[in-house]
Amino acid sequence: MIIPRVPVQHRRLLPDRRLSGPTPWVIAILMMLTLLAAAAGVGLARSANAIGAAIAGRVTVQIVTANPVTRAEQAAALRRAAAAQPFVLSARAVEPEELQATLGQWFGAAEGDDPVLKSLPLPALVDIDFVGEDRTSPMRQLQALVAREAPGARIIPHAEWLGPVARLIRSLAWIAGGMVLLMTLASAAVVIMTARAALATHFPTIEMLHMIGATDRQITRLFQRRIAIDTAYGIALGTVVAAAILLLIGWQWSGVTSGLAATASFGPAGWALLLALPLLAIALAALTARQTLLAALKKIL
Amino acid sequence: MTDVSPARPGGAMVEFDGVGLRYGPDAEVLSDISFNLQPGSFYFLTGASGAGKTSLLKMLYLAQRPSRGIVRLFGEDLVAMPRHRLPGFRRRIGVVFQDFRLIPHLSARDNIALPLRIAGVSEEDLSGPVGEMLSWIGLGDRAEARPATLSGGEQQRVAIARAVIARPQLLVADEPTGNVDPEMAMRLLGLFEALNRLGTTVVVATHDIHLISRIENAQMMRLERGRLSDPTGALRYPPANRA
Repeated sequence: MIIPRVPVQHRRLLPDRRLSGPTPWVIAILMMLTLLAAAAGVGLARSANAIGAAIAGRVTVQIVTANPVTRAEQAAALRRAAAAQPFVLSARAVEPEELQATLGQWFGAAEGDDPVLKSLPLPALVDIDFVGEDRTSPMRQLQALVAREAPGARIIPHAEWLGPVARLIRSLAWIAGGMVLLMTLASAAVVIMTARAALATHFPTIEMLHMIGATDRQITRLFQRRIAIDTAYGIALGTVVAAAILLLIGWQWSGVTSGLAATASFGPAGWALLLALPLLAIALAALTARQTLLAALKKIL
Repeated sequence: MTDVSPARPGGAMVEFDGVGLRYGPDAEVLSDISFNLQPGSFYFLTGASGAGKTSLLKMLYLAQRPSRGIVRLFGEDLVAMPRHRLPGFRRRIGVVFQDFRLIPHLSARDNIALPLRIAGVSEEDLSGPVGEMLSWIGLGDRAEARPATLSGGEQQRVAIARAVIARPQLLVADEPTGNVDPEMAMRLLGLFEALNRLGTTVVVATHDIHLISRIENAQMMRLERGRLSDPTGALRYPPANRA
């Protein structure tokens, strides 16, 4: 039982001063930070996974043959040949207009109608997605295909240039996870200190209860209940504040529809974890308090 | 679980054999203490301040294990007894502390009811005995008063009521009449005597020589510098009176 049942008359053995100490407030702050760190961790981890999954099996073949006609022919031939391969999920030639439009953003000509841009010898690009997650075997087969259809073309796996970004995001997710762990330990430490302080404050009462035959279990239940309730107040407060912050961020995030940011979300498992954290925190606090109290009482005859 | 075996029929309720007690590395505060307390007997423990009376009582009410020797209570060896069995034995012992040790935020009624509640007695069953006890100690109209609002004598009476409410087999009292007037002292002693007649073994530590002479058949133990001067417990009267 997380919050043990204690008869009303026994509860009176501890003075009724709820939320008087700093514990509920400290726990509230720690819980809020834990939930925000956990939310960041879940969001980042899912984002990294989404990016990883998207880039793991995708390559772009860059054809740099000098003659633009030959270059276009090689690109078309490679696309057709690749699309016919069983290890290829899809093959798409990037249109020159699309390429110019992308580059136009950097040249200051959004429509890609910049004369300098148009004069540039742009490579032909073919995007290819592999079937499945194994990249080694398809890559060998594609290299052979490229050597045959577009000699001299360069194969660029997307994982090479987006991989570091995904790894960075994943590292940030791990750091957020580490922060959750550290703040959980800090919360447990606060509960331990609270339990010890409660024992010290009420030592004469505990000693008296011992002398008249109270068991460690009876005394522990008394304190465990009080600490669990105080902690639950703090956790509830921290959860409400964290939820408000997350809703605000979520509302602002809903406007972000492009780029890597659009891949961030919690998913059902993430939501379940975030909802479970406060309950786990109450259980952890009660268990920590119980073990601390039992260990301390064993030192008294 | 705390289970307590009954005392051996015909055996001593308390047996101390070669008991010594020291706190930390210091010299022994009690040395070579050996005595038996018989069920239903009344004992006075006397001695000068610092002679070790409170230390001896602490071992009697299981707040302290001896450093050496054998202590048997209700027929069981307490030295080797695991901690978790001690509460069951403590519920058979009533203790009156010199400094009362009332729980300050509880009323007189709740302080007195404490041993019964700890023992799991229902509120219905304990309200009668607690009310009677309050009336007997003359605090029927102050049942809801907190200890801080009671006089020293009233607190002493509440402490005694708490010690005897559960009808203990052994009652240990450390200077129980130190804070009450002579009339109340005699009433309290009368209560101890009544409990004793009902079978409770009573051990009272006191400086009050006059109190000792008031109880017939009471035996006296005297502590001098940590040693029991009359290990047999056969003396009925203080050495000064015998001389």
